[in-house]
Parts: sequence; structure tokens; C-alpha cells
Amino acid sequence: MSWLHTLRLPRLGGAPAWASSWALVLGLLWGALVSLGAQAQAVQAVPALSARVVDSAGLLSADQRAALEQKLAAFEAQAGPQIVLLLVASTQPEDIASYAQRVGDAWKIGRRTVGDGILLLVARDDRKVRIEVAKALEGAVPDLAARQIIDRLITPAFKRGDYAAGLDAGIDGLIARVRGEGLPAPTPAPGAGHSGNGGGGFDWQALALFFFVGVPVVGGVLSSLLGRKLGSVVTAGGTGALAWGLSTSAVVAGVAGLVALLLVGVMGVGSSGRGPGGRGGLGGALGGLSGVLLGGGGFGGGRSGGGGGFRSGGGGDFGGGGASGGW
Amino acid sequence: MSRSNFRSAPRAALAAATLGSALLLSGCGYNDFQRLDEDVKGGWAEVLNQYQRRSDLIPNIVATVKGEAGFEQDTLTKVIQARAAATSIQATPELVNNPEAFKKFQDAQGQLTGALSRLMVVSEQYPNLKANAAFQDLRVQLEGTENRITVARNRYIKTVQQYNVLTRSFPTNLTAMIFSYAVKPSFTVANEAAISTPPAVSFDKPASK
Repeated sequence: MSWLHTLRLPRLGGAPAWASSWALVLGLLWGALVSLGAQAQAVQAVPALSARVVDSAGLLSADQRAALEQKLAAFEAQAGPQIVLLLVASTQPEDIASYAQRVGDAWKIGRRTVGDGILLLVARDDRKVRIEVAKALEGAVPDLAARQIIDRLITPAFKRGDYAAGLDAGIDGLIARVRGEGLPAPTPAPGAGHSGNGGGGFDWQALALFFFVGVPVVGGVLSSLLGRKLGSVVTAGGTGALAWGLSTSAVVAGVAGLVALLLVGVMGVGSSGRGPGGRGGLGGALGGLSGVLLGGGGFGGGRSGGGGGFRSGGGGDFGGGGASGGW
Repeated sequence: MSRSNFRSAPRAALAAATLGSALLLSGCGYNDFQRLDEDVKGGWAEVLNQYQRRSDLIPNIVATVKGEAGFEQDTLTKVIQARAAATSIQATPELVNNPEAFKKFQDAQGQLTGALSRLMVVSEQYPNLKANAAFQDLRVQLEGTENRITVARNRYIKTVQQYNVLTRSFPTNLTAMIFSYAVKPSFTVANEAAISTPPAVSFDKPASK
């Protein structure tokens, strides 16, 4: 270990020599672990879901891509299910089914409440196609139907080298199948959906629990310590801030702040102090204002990831359904 | 101000105690155990569901293959026997709490997987079967089912892993000890010995053709 000491690491505030060398050893170990992990993950990375047609293999021209994109967008707007097309160069070393499964798990295509998503995956160099169907659509597109779409609609055109025609026919086939399924109609404003990729949903239950148990308790403690006015202001402000942090929504934060204020400041839940009503009301109003303001501060952060024009509904659960084929 | 401060002191202490005990209760992981236990059960039910799907498919495959004159009887019998062995084991949700029964079940399903894949390989040698649309359809369905089994098993393995980590790590292992929650069994490779030996590649055609 003597070589470690010859490195002359800058020391933090008089930390002993063994501390810095120990940190170095830990760092080396960590580095080794990370590189080991990287080695074990020599599989193809899942590309970012930037659009309905993700062409990382460069099989389509800009026009063809736009046409397919438009068709898929129109279908989603009209019927609801999300169909996404992914073209990659290769899925090696994995087979196309397990790669498609990983992509499906990462993207979770399909509306949050319905989970109706289909992934059409093409691996150019492997000459393989796969239709991966989310569980909600396994009834509409059973494995056999997926196989027939691949065999009869997609691969004949692929054999001629006409990728766009094959994909177009395949998507038509899928749309025809899905249309027959009685799925719930799409919500009128698709832009107002949840922020995608599964991260958008927050725990309403935890918030409610916090609200009806935490607020009265904390409010009671604070108002007995700081007096009702300051206590209710602090509680409402804290509630607003926490609600904003949890939900990333200014509206929820404002409402939470106001309700907390009503609970603590006006109704006096959890507090045995008997301040004059007028002052309690004033404190409450102040608290509510601060809650709204605090919530309002986060308005810009509330919406994210909306720039691409398409995002996954985050509801698709892919359980291995679908079929693969080659050309 | 000071009067109300004095009067509400016991109340504040009570509130603090309530909050503290609530935190303590959630810290011991009791709820996590309940949640993950249900997750494991759900995952296991999905695995059983997919195995059942495969089991239901086999009679059709066997019937179609039987129609092919002179099909290797040995391969076919093995599939039928393996299916019978696999379905003879009562697959209940309680299986996840019994490592021996779990292993028996898994071995039986592993045998069936092996026999079926052998059948599919052998069927490639019969042109009539390859041209038989019904058989090709069954083949696609079997492929999809095997895929679903793989996914269900993977998800089960991940859930059990979470549960087992919770069972064995501090301080939740104390909760596990008090309520006697044991580590749950997970899937392993069905036949490790068979995988570690290289397969014998043979280009011989079956004699009876």
C-alpha cells in the first residue's frame, strides 16, 4: 500500500493519511464494480422514445417517416391506442423477442388507464421483425394474428427491399385488428395527459395520508409552540411546498396549502389554543396566500417532456405477447 | 400565549408520540412485507397461468403430430409423459412457501420444456408437418406462450429478490423473525448439468421417413 501514500492526495481539513488512502481504495473498488457492471450489460441500449417512428437504422426517408408518423398519430387521436415503430440495425446479442420485451418495459407504450400499446420492431441486419403486444391488446392482436400480419403484409414487401410499404401495410393490418376491439375513447385533449414514461404518477394515497394525519398533528404542535397565527402560516406554507414537491403541480400545491390553512387556522384542528377568531382567520388567509405563492413558484417545473409532440402514456404492460418473423 | 403554551404541552407530547410511533411502525417494514408478499403471490399466479396455457396447448400439438405418419414415437411419448408429470403436481399459490414442492414443480415444468423443444426440432425434419398450416399456427402459439412464461418467470424472480432482500437485511430481518417470514424460493436454470455439456449435433435423418 506504500504507493498509495506517494500519490500525495490533497487532504480534506486535516484528515489523517489513512482516511485519504482508504477513500482511494474505495474509489478504485467502486470503479472496478462499475466497469464490471458495464461489461455485463453488453446488450443493445434502448433508444429514447422521441417520436412514434424511431428510425435508428435509417431505413426510411423523411417523407416516408412523416407519413407513417401521421398515420399513427391520427389513429391515436381517433381511437386511443398507441402504436410505435422502432427500426434498429441489430438486436444482437439478444434475440429480437427479449430486446422487444426490454424496450416495451422501458417505454410502456399505451394509455395509462388502458395500457393499449403495440410495438413494431424491425432489426435490419438480423432480418427480423417483431410485433410486441401489450397485455391489454392481446385479445385484439393474438400471437397468430401478429404472425399473419408479419408473414402476409410486412415481409413480402421487405423481401423486395421496400421497407416503407411493408411497414405501412403492417400498420394498416394492426389498426384494422385493434379497431375491432371495444376500447375506451381517447380523452379529448391528449396534450393534458400525464407526463410520460411512468414517472408522472405520484402517490395520491401518501399525500392524502400526510394530509389528514400529518397536517393536524404538525399544525397542532406548531400552533401550540408558535401561536395559532404563525403556526397556521408555517403549516400551510409547508403543506403547499410539500404538495408541490410531491405532485409537481402548482394547482395541487395551492389547494393543499389552502386546505391545510382551513384545517389548522380556521377550524383549529389539533390545537387547543383559543386565540381570537379574527386573528386566526387573518393568519389563515396569510398562510393560504403563502401556500399558493409557494406552489405558484413551481409553475415552470410542473410540465416537462412535452416538447417532442409524442410521449408514452406509460400504461402499457408487455408480458411477452406477440410474434416474430424474418425475411 | 404562555398559558396556551403550557396547557397544550401534554397534547403536543401526545401528538409527537403518535407521529413517532407511526414512523417507527413504517420503519420496521411490516407494510413492505405485506405488499411484497402479495406481489410475489401475484407474480406466481401469472407464472402458473402461463404454464397452464402451455399445458392446454400440448394436446393439440400432439394430435397434429400424431397425424404425421411415422413420426418419432419416442419424442412424442416423452412430451405426453412430461405433461402428465407436470399436471400431476398440484400447483397452488402456497407452493411459493414450500421450497421442496417448488423445486419439484419447477423440475417437472423443466422436463416438459425440454421435451417440447425436442419435439419442435424433430418436427423440422418432416416436410408434411412444415407445410401443415395448423401445425405452423400451433407452433406460433407455443412460441408466444414460451415467451410469456419467460417474462412471467423473470418478473417473479425480481419480486422474490426484493422480498428476500427485505427479509434478510437489517432492521427488517427482525420483523421477519418476529412474524416468521422466510426467504422464498426462486427459479434457477432448469437443468444446469445439461447446459454445461455441449449439445451433440447430428445431421442424421430419422430412419423411418
